[in-house]
Amino acid sequence: MAAVSTKSIIKKFGEVPAVNGITLDVPNGEFMVLLGPSGCGKTTFLRIICGLERQTSGDLLIGGDLVNELPPRARGVAMMFQSYGLYPHFSVRHNIAFPLKTQGVPRAEIDRKVEWASQLLGIDRLLDRRPRQLSGGERQRVALARALVREPTVLLLDEPLSNLDAKLRASARLEIKQFQQRVGVTTIYVTHDQVEAMGMGDRIAVIDGGLVRQVGTPTEIYDDPADRFVATFVGTPPMNIVGRTDGFLGFRPENFLPKQMVTDEASTEFKFRVDRSEYLGSERIVYGAIEGFDPKQVVTAKLPPAHVAEEWIRPGKWHPFAVRDRAMRYFDNNGKRMSRH
Amino acid sequence: MVAIAESVPKPDSHFRFILDRRDVLGSLFVAPAILYVLLLVGVPFLMAVYYSLSAYTIYDPSWSFVGLSNFVDILENPVFMQTLKNTFIFTFGSQALGLILGKFGALVLLRPFPGRKIVRALVILPWAVPIALATVAWQWMFDSLYSVINWTFIALGFVTREEAPNWLGSPNLALLSVTIVNAWRFFPFAIVIFLAGITAIPQDVLDAATVDGAGFWRRNYQIILPMLLPIMTIGLVFGVVFTFTDLSIVFLMTMGGPVGATSVLGFAGFQTGITSGDVSHGAAISLFMLPVLLIVVVTMLRFIRRREI
Repeated sequence: MAAVSTKSIIKKFGEVPAVNGITLDVPNGEFMVLLGPSGCGKTTFLRIICGLERQTSGDLLIGGDLVNELPPRARGVAMMFQSYGLYPHFSVRHNIAFPLKTQGVPRAEIDRKVEWASQLLGIDRLLDRRPRQLSGGERQRVALARALVREPTVLLLDEPLSNLDAKLRASARLEIKQFQQRVGVTTIYVTHDQVEAMGMGDRIAVIDGGLVRQVGTPTEIYDDPADRFVATFVGTPPMNIVGRTDGFLGFRPENFLPKQMVTDEASTEFKFRVDRSEYLGSERIVYGAIEGFDPKQVVTAKLPPAHVAEEWIRPGKWHPFAVRDRAMRYFDNNGKRMSRH
Repeated sequence: MVAIAESVPKPDSHFRFILDRRDVLGSLFVAPAILYVLLLVGVPFLMAVYYSLSAYTIYDPSWSFVGLSNFVDILENPVFMQTLKNTFIFTFGSQALGLILGKFGALVLLRPFPGRKIVRALVILPWAVPIALATVAWQWMFDSLYSVINWTFIALGFVTREEAPNWLGSPNLALLSVTIVNAWRFFPFAIVIFLAGITAIPQDVLDAATVDGAGFWRRNYQIILPMLLPIMTIGLVFGVVFTFTDLSIVFLMTMGGPVGATSVLGFAGFQTGITSGDVSHGAAISLFMLPVLLIVVVTMLRFIRRREI
């Protein structure tokens, strides 16, 4: 059964639409990532699920129950905010206990649960501190403990890593994922960072313009993007898209290789004029244009480690490159994926 | 031939770049403020201390030192004790009333509604109109014959014309009246303080409280109010200091009457020291403000530091 199920959710702020009809099912225990650029409506959608915003139309089911009319506290959801929203005047213990106190949970039960949640996240020695005495990573754990202590049906996370520095972010990513697997709570995670989405999500919903463009596992999203938006939003550098008479042709930079590297199976050859070449240590990114297509359309190639030191790929020269046929993706003139070209 | 002004090399002076030095320029800019405080606060204060220890009156301007006998005289005077009590009731009563009105006013003004900008501007009026004008208006509202308040009460059938309260004529009601007028003057300031404080609370914290299951009252009293405490305390320090030393409302509305029922420290000091010419006793009365204000300010500032978040 789906823990969260939305049916044609639409949200308008005045005349401005933020969510344009999202239908999405999140099964029990799944880690679902909502991925999209800023302003795409993903945070609004999350706030509708937790009840901070009321949808203009559409139905929302949590745990199988219609919750359109329920206030946030009656929905069995917990949310962790971008800047955590810890109560600055409460100790960590009081912060974690607050959601239980509002529910009128007995005192002994509160103590037991605060103990449980704080040990789970390794913050039991911080219980008597105030939020301002904590580091960014510690605050994040306190916020997570506060969200979990009620044992919610669904855990909602709104860009929880955006306030951490790059190094901490990598370890926090791993921690949240491991933690979610251990507790098994259904999680909806909003981010604009595709690395977080690819690395953490059981499934990813790519959102743009208030619509779900594609829902799928990270592999499906990356290998078989449903349209040009998904193809170019996920992946660094993004998928190369070149115009053809009947639509567009797309291929990932790492599949665009020097001809001699793709001799094993059927492939299509292109003449590649190299304009610039960047050496990034573990890879080399080459920018240029291909013959027979719009010369202003920049095409990138990502050369694997074995070819990083390839000095023969000089700017200003034409080189024979090729793409395996099974790595080619075709899109029609509306940008939708076509099964065959 | 056109003569072009040539820059004449100036003789090198020690003081040529003196104004480029931060410490010199800084001292120069701060000096007027320090002088102002020293001359207009420091000197009068020391003079008040000196007067209070002397037998100086305008009829007998002798500077003879009498020790603390002026203070002893005052403390033995029951009228003064009444004045001291009035001052506390007037100050803390009006602050409490003003803060409550301010909190509710701020909550109302936070929500968008048609005409909010106009209401926001109007609400500042009690604070902005000249105190003399406002007090005269209130005097009419509390007048024994023409009181619009009594007229309303009678029209609504709460009281009859015979038993209508004589606001400024009976001791307790008179003290209540001046307290209400001062609260009315203070509450726009409280609204501004509360509005600033509430706006500064991060939306994430309020949303978290909502999702955590806090309803309107819990959100207000367990989240918003504690987070407002520091800024509220600052507002209260200002309010207490200004009200405790204030004499204008009492002077304009009741002249301390009836029979000293609304006399406050500032007013009593003025009456004794200036109107009656007994400068030494007047100075001693005024100096009673000092320890009280000192205690209030120090306690509140320490409280803020402890609560700092």
